[in-house]
Amino acid sequence: MTAPQEVTGAEVQADPEAVTAGMGSAIQGRSLGQIAWRRLRRDKVALGGGIVIVLLILVAFLAPLIVAVLGHDPLEFHYEQVDPDLQVSSGFFGGISPKYLFGVEPVNGRDVFSRVVYGARISLLIAFFATLLAVIVGTFFGVVAGYFGGWVDTVISRTMDVFLAFPILLFALALAGVIPDQAFGLQGDALRIALIIVIVGFSGWPYIGRIIRGQTLSLREREFVDAARSLGARSPRILFTELLPNLVAPILVYATLLIPTNILFEAALSFLGVGIRPPTASWGGMLSDATQWFQIAPNFMVFPGLAIFVTVLAFNLFGDGLRDALDPRSR
Amino acid sequence: MSHRRRVAGIALGAVAALTLAACGGGTSNSSSGGTASAGGVTNPSDATGGTIRMANSGDWDSLDPGDTYYGYSWNFIRLYGRALVMFKSAPGKDGATLVPDLAETLGVPTDNAKTWTYKLRKGVKYVDGTLVTSKDVKYAVERSLDKDTFPNGPTYFNDFLDLQGYTSPYKDTDPNKLGLKAIETPDDQTIVFKLKQSFSGFDYFAQLPSTMPVPQAKDTGTKYKEHVVSTGPYMFGTNELGKSFTLVRNPNWDQATDPNRKPLPDKYEVALSVNADDIDNRLQSGDLDVAVEGTGVGPAAQGKILANSQLKANTDSANTTRLWFSVINSDVAPLDNIHCRNAVEFAVDKTGLQRAYGGNTGGDIATNLMPPVIPGAQQFNNFPSADNTGDVAKAKDELTQCGQPNGFSTSISYRAERPKEKATAEAFQQSLSRVGINLTIKPYPLADYTKLYAGKPDFAKANGLGILVYGWGADWPDGYGFLAQIVDSRVIRASGNTNLGIKDPEVDAMLDKALVTTDTTAREQIWVDIDKKVMSDAYVVPGVWAKGLLYRPPNLTNVFVSDGQSMYDYLAMGTTRK
Repeated sequence: MTAPQEVTGAEVQADPEAVTAGMGSAIQGRSLGQIAWRRLRRDKVALGGGIVIVLLILVAFLAPLIVAVLGHDPLEFHYEQVDPDLQVSSGFFGGISPKYLFGVEPVNGRDVFSRVVYGARISLLIAFFATLLAVIVGTFFGVVAGYFGGWVDTVISRTMDVFLAFPILLFALALAGVIPDQAFGLQGDALRIALIIVIVGFSGWPYIGRIIRGQTLSLREREFVDAARSLGARSPRILFTELLPNLVAPILVYATLLIPTNILFEAALSFLGVGIRPPTASWGGMLSDATQWFQIAPNFMVFPGLAIFVTVLAFNLFGDGLRDALDPRSR
Repeated sequence: MSHRRRVAGIALGAVAALTLAACGGGTSNSSSGGTASAGGVTNPSDATGGTIRMANSGDWDSLDPGDTYYGYSWNFIRLYGRALVMFKSAPGKDGATLVPDLAETLGVPTDNAKTWTYKLRKGVKYVDGTLVTSKDVKYAVERSLDKDTFPNGPTYFNDFLDLQGYTSPYKDTDPNKLGLKAIETPDDQTIVFKLKQSFSGFDYFAQLPSTMPVPQAKDTGTKYKEHVVSTGPYMFGTNELGKSFTLVRNPNWDQATDPNRKPLPDKYEVALSVNADDIDNRLQSGDLDVAVEGTGVGPAAQGKILANSQLKANTDSANTTRLWFSVINSDVAPLDNIHCRNAVEFAVDKTGLQRAYGGNTGGDIATNLMPPVIPGAQQFNNFPSADNTGDVAKAKDELTQCGQPNGFSTSISYRAERPKEKATAEAFQQSLSRVGINLTIKPYPLADYTKLYAGKPDFAKANGLGILVYGWGADWPDGYGFLAQIVDSRVIRASGNTNLGIKDPEVDAMLDKALVTTDTTAREQIWVDIDKKVMSDAYVVPGVWAKGLLYRPPNLTNVFVSDGQSMYDYLAMGTTRK
């Protein structure tokens, strides 16, 4: 990125002004973020993933608007769309038509398009907050374990091992079954969502925690940490103002890669019947309902399945691109 | 009394949990898709030979006659065992009549129907050639009482026989293990049952597989199911538990002693634990002859079959003694007020419930409790509405009388593993929201539904479960078998209930009266009166009288649906495929 030196005179003088004078524009200092952004912009696949993610978030936010224009209320039954004997729409591919873009659900004729759109809300909401929880918990314990070492590290690391070895899905099934209908001042869907966020979030934190711990181990030996320490900075300051900013890149990357895992986990919970309660739409729940109909109403399985597939793929591609951009050596 | 009901209820619940099959009884008319011929029998034939291939999507509860409670098992077991009495192997209504099998005649009641006497046919032999005696029947009933060894079977004998503390032949001090005083065997052909209380329907007990004779010398307790000693026209060829078994002809079965059976095929092959969709596909492709559970094809196969007139011609619709219904829980306010219950009854869209259970193919819209196929049942409708879609105006009127003119909120529970019950709960939610009744849908695990959730009154009340989605099938087509477990308020206990909240002392009194009424017509009228009383109390929203869509490959002969079995009768079938 250096500009070519233009030699104008016969005598070459060590004149620093001469070096810069011939350049078209002034040299710009670029931050790490800017460099990463330039790299990311050149990675078309990652950018595509990013665009899809933005679109999905828009869809989730604007779900009522989208459905008002293109679909129907996601809870509304449309018996007239369903053949009373066959239990499915007699139309093309589960009743796909301009009025029902993804066809209708068997038995009750709910609009699959609207339910997929509303399902995005549940999936993204749970995935984002569960990831946030995992990142906060994982980063805190990772940094603490890595920085202090010794018995603190041992305790935290073994706790992570326990969490990693835990049959979290079985635990989730059991927990979701015994939680009452009202708890912690919440009820209904809000309680279920909070519960799933906690379950999914706590299953993900050790992954982040281990990575952060490893990064911290190498960072704490660096000079700037020594410098801060010799200047009399206390541990909390070193942890959160010296170390943490240097950990933003791995946190960002692994958070992006944790989101699709969490989407799948939420779908699995809903599929197993312990996720969001009916009639609220969720992708995993739709897939679960669709299993017995896929031979005669494939639309009911294809569209929520595609939604999960596209979302997970987009986050994975974007996450990979982000990692490459932030840390080219990992390529 | 209460013990019987509890165990029977739990056992029945377990059965229902494993399969949608109704236990035992049922009735059927062959409103078949196509080729039903004279008398409801398809492809009548006397030709013998060939192999009938059957498959079961799960495992048999047990092949032991003293330890089985599946309806299809009671149907199938008649191929290798002979009970005192059996349901006639005949199409339609005839199939619900009892005929003597091992016995020469139906039971002879004395002492106001507290003592029942049967005389055994002469010359009936086991597969090894030894003669069957009444002591073997007594021993068979004795061992079926031992629910520690045989947990699956029904408990009717435990509850009605005058046991005097007798528990099990395995703990019997009598050298012949025949210490039970409630059953007497004055000679080798006579057996006398002594009951604690009058019970006019004892012949229904005598048709239970637990009266199939078991030779004491060959009894190996829990292992007996591996080598059942056959008395019927077939005996076990191979028997790999949990995988498959075959039946071949029993050389010591004598047609002269058996007017009820005309065994056609030479062999039966039964595969166990086969994927249900796979069974449906193989039936249609001709790879398989019978889906032995007899509950009808799955929703996917149903869609394919109904869309294809050729396939549809090979189907029969079997009406069952099963009602899918929902209980309105009067413990939960404001449903303690009958007007609020009436509002629910009027507001619900019955066509939505019917769709939830598979539409017209899945069953008929029910307007009262007793399925029409039960002898003597009457159909009536206290909550009529145009096209059964609900009467919103009347519902609102009832809400006003209840003091909740703007509606109210409550919850509806269902068994999480049942997609049809989920669809039912959603249909309830939709149709009740029309009058301002808001339902929160709450799924609970099937296995603990009666033990911990809907069947536990404290839990249901504390969690505001105002509507409880449920279903019930009778063990045999009879008012007692259908109603006793679900409407008697005295059987309600802390948990594990099958009566989810029908509490009316008048109903209890009528039940008691029915038990001692020996006149069949009068007894059947009492069942109808109970039905009417429960409906006028508005404790139950009847949903659907279930039907099963049965597929029969064209190579099967002598196929018919029997009212006694609610499915194809397995005793009469033959095959043209050699």
